Amino acid sequence: MSDYIKENLNKDGIDRRGFLKCMAWVGTGTLCVLKGGVLKSYALSDVMQHKVGDFKGDLSFVQISDSHIGFNKAANPDVTATLREAIAKVNALATPPAFVLHTGDLTHLSKPSEFDTLAESLKSLKTERIFYVPGEHDVLEDNGGMFRERFGKDSMGDGWHSFDRNGIHFIGLVNVMNLKPGGLGTLGNDQLEWIKKDVSGLKSSTPIVVYAHIPLWAVYPEWGWGTDDSEQALSYMKRFGSVTVLNGHIHQTMQKVEGNVTFHTACSTAFPQPQPGQADSPGPMKVPDDKLRQVLGITDVNFVRGNQSLAIVDSTLA
Amino acid sequence: MKNTRWMLAAVLTVLTAFAGIVSTQPGLVAKAADGPASAQIKIDNFTFGPTNLTVASGTTVTWINNDDVPHTVVSDDKVFRSKALDTDDKFSYTFTKPGTYNYFCSVHPKMTAKIVVK
Repeated sequence: MSDYIKENLNKDGIDRRGFLKCMAWVGTGTLCVLKGGVLKSYALSDVMQHKVGDFKGDLSFVQISDSHIGFNKAANPDVTATLREAIAKVNALATPPAFVLHTGDLTHLSKPSEFDTLAESLKSLKTERIFYVPGEHDVLEDNGGMFRERFGKDSMGDGWHSFDRNGIHFIGLVNVMNLKPGGLGTLGNDQLEWIKKDVSGLKSSTPIVVYAHIPLWAVYPEWGWGTDDSEQALSYMKRFGSVTVLNGHIHQTMQKVEGNVTFHTACSTAFPQPQPGQADSPGPMKVPDDKLRQVLGITDVNFVRGNQSLAIVDSTLA
Repeated sequence: MKNTRWMLAAVLTVLTAFAGIVSTQPGLVAKAADGPASAQIKIDNFTFGPTNLTVASGTTVTWINNDDVPHTVVSDDKVFRSKALDTDDKFSYTFTKPGTYNYFCSVHPKMTAKIVVK
């Protein structure tokens, strides 16, 4: 089945078919493959339908998001179980991911016991390392101190960080702190300054992967699905040939390409949220029990040198 | 027990009706003769309801979160600030100074509202 958007009626980068597909992904992940600077994503549930060679690259990594450990309402009374299923999905990949990115909302209420359950569950991930950025649900207490102590020891400021792997520069950003009344996600001046410096010494041919919790593009500002100062952050990356932005927060997959930048959001491993504007609020959405695992997922990314593109594969738990 | 609850409910209904009668403005909660006034704001579907509320000085306002996700109640000027309120959690603040208090949810900052104290 094609992953391309056929009808973009609401100019929101998602059509009914795409949405339903995503809704088939709750509890799954996304496979991302970087090929020649373009990130392609596939639902993990679709990975089986492709040949292994389709995804094989110089580097593979996985994005998981929005685990919401501690949530126990109707939309998913057992979020730990679906997280475990997502982990099993990652561990079953033909090419083990070099590392895993968790794009925030590890927990639902920032409780120590929730962080413990998350950390304990992720120990079974077959990968070298997990990088984390916080979601707004991870910084409810202590101004995010508990999150940084456990998951952001090597990071700067509120938890931002960067690293290089296989010639790709990865930047983890925090846009869930010090939110202003009426506003969206915020990076803030300190972080913007740091981003500017962080990319200043890089060659323009370096592929860049940016990850943060709240989307760095205006998915649906009415529901707070965007970041006020993301344009300034991305302005520092204009000279680069390939920029891939990976986000969570909206519990559904969406993709948009704008110039040199590919934006992609991942499914949650916990519960789905409604399509923009298609409900009274962006709260957890209850789907029939036998459909839940079709709307949770993981994201796998592969990078192929020479081809210069990232292939992103989203896959569902079902 | 059931009878006691009924009695309580009846008394509350009478009190509420009384508060309604002595109110001079829509949305203004008057101070009852036999105790301090109170008002409630419900958080439903990522909205504070009512969004604009006028109360008399001395009124205790209680917020209750009816959503499946946590919210906070934070005044723009940091006059009051709740912890994260999980489903059914409450937060109360007694307004003793007249003025306009703009507040928002620091988790979902698109959620804004206002309390005017007369």
